Amino acid sequence: MKKMLNRFFLPLLGLLFAGTLSVAAASDVKAPDALVKDVTNEVLEIVRADKAIQAGDTKRVIELVDAKVLPHFDFRRMTMLAVGRDWRQASPEQQGKLTDAFRTLLVRTYSNALTQYRDQRIVFPLSRFAAADTRVQIRSEVIQTGAQPVGIDYMLEKSEQGWKVFDVIVAGVSLVTNYRSSFGQEISRGGIDGLIKSLEDRNRSLAEQHGLQQGEGGRGA
Amino acid sequence: MPNVFRSSRAGVAVVALSAALLGGCATTGNPNDPLEGYNRAMFSFNDQVDKIAIKPAAQVYEAVLPSPVRTGVGNVLGNLGDPWIALNNMLQGKFAEGMSDLMRFALNSTWGLLGLLDIASEAGLPKHDEDLGQTLGRWGVGEGAYIVLPFFGPRTVRDAVALPADMMGNGPFSIDHVPTRNTLLGTRVVHGRSVLLGADRTLEEAALDRYAFVRDFYLEQRRYKVSDGQQAREYEDFDDQSAAPLGDEVDTAAAAAVERLELVAIGEPAFDHATASSNHRN
Repeated sequence: MKKMLNRFFLPLLGLLFAGTLSVAAASDVKAPDALVKDVTNEVLEIVRADKAIQAGDTKRVIELVDAKVLPHFDFRRMTMLAVGRDWRQASPEQQGKLTDAFRTLLVRTYSNALTQYRDQRIVFPLSRFAAADTRVQIRSEVIQTGAQPVGIDYMLEKSEQGWKVFDVIVAGVSLVTNYRSSFGQEISRGGIDGLIKSLEDRNRSLAEQHGLQQGEGGRGA
Repeated sequence: MPNVFRSSRAGVAVVALSAALLGGCATTGNPNDPLEGYNRAMFSFNDQVDKIAIKPAAQVYEAVLPSPVRTGVGNVLGNLGDPWIALNNMLQGKFAEGMSDLMRFALNSTWGLLGLLDIASEAGLPKHDEDLGQTLGRWGVGEGAYIVLPFFGPRTVRDAVALPADMMGNGPFSIDHVPTRNTLLGTRVVHGRSVLLGADRTLEEAALDRYAFVRDFYLEQRRYKVSDGQQAREYEDFDDQSAAPLGDEVDTAAAAAVERLELVAIGEPAFDHATASSNHRN
């Protein structure tokens, strides 16, 4: 009986298990275009219904971004791309601090842009990619009458935790690499620590302006 | 551009001042920005002009006129620019786009009530963004140094050279009736600024160095426009722990992935090799 169990039951169990695993994997990883579209629509729906956000409540919009948007971003990678070559010279601890500070800065500043949103239409032109691609560019466009639509493209890379955004390109400009030369200036002036300090200083003054407490806005994601 | 500064002596003074600055403090060492010293001075001059005159005017404009009216104003101004956009599309060999711009102009000028309504966009003829600077870029003219012009702001030398023609071609300037022309020009400045009222706060907050932020934004966006978004985007990897970089093109990415798989089997140097080969490409 025991032998039979080994011979038939275990492989069967294994097969079954493998089957559920692959099903789980397939359903867990949402296609990148669907991901971008769903997150955008969900967030905009909330903004449209939320009078406080429309009135410019920074704390509230940051909470929203924290919960819905940040989990889909790879901030370490974004920071690396913004810093460029000097990233290799940074210690792991400095890299961690840079990532935290840059994340906070991006979240605070660009969350604010969401409070400006009224009812512009956002469309999702077809993004071309193959099923096997691990890096894709997903397009979206903000439609405005009388002017060319503004493109917002998301660069995503596949990871074990699903697709993660590592760059956002607005009207043809990467919001991440646009920082590279000013980061380089800071580093040549005061080293990696100088850059960390100026990012943290900026975050502190933004927190004061927006009536936030330090540490709010992008930490702990 | 004979008429630009006609009404303003300050303008002449500024041109003289900028010429002096240009000769004075030119270099600060950034190879991508040889005129940085002059540019920064002119950037903060423009900032002052904006703070004192243009931004307040735009704020009043936004406060006084309801949103649909401002949309109408934007549509009229946009419509006046469409023939010039059409011409530039054709000069770049993009005849379908150029025809579409002419159709837009015809449609919006008539059924769109002199451009007040942008019915062409709804009819599937999207607005384009072309100018002579882009056309020259398409023809292979290099962009030259980055230069901040008084009042007009960021340009490359190429775009600055194209600017007078762009202004002549772009609707309002070719109108003979002076009061109408000046009204349209003034409206264009104020309306254009009002559109940016939300974005300038984001810029203020997001940039560590506003001058550098605006410069890099402008340069990257111009290159994007010249190539109509067709340029490939490269991402280097500066992080030896994460996966090796892939090219933007699918086949390069696939090739790199295969290469990586093969090398991983051999051992450690996999990442170094892949990184090196990709960096070489950049």
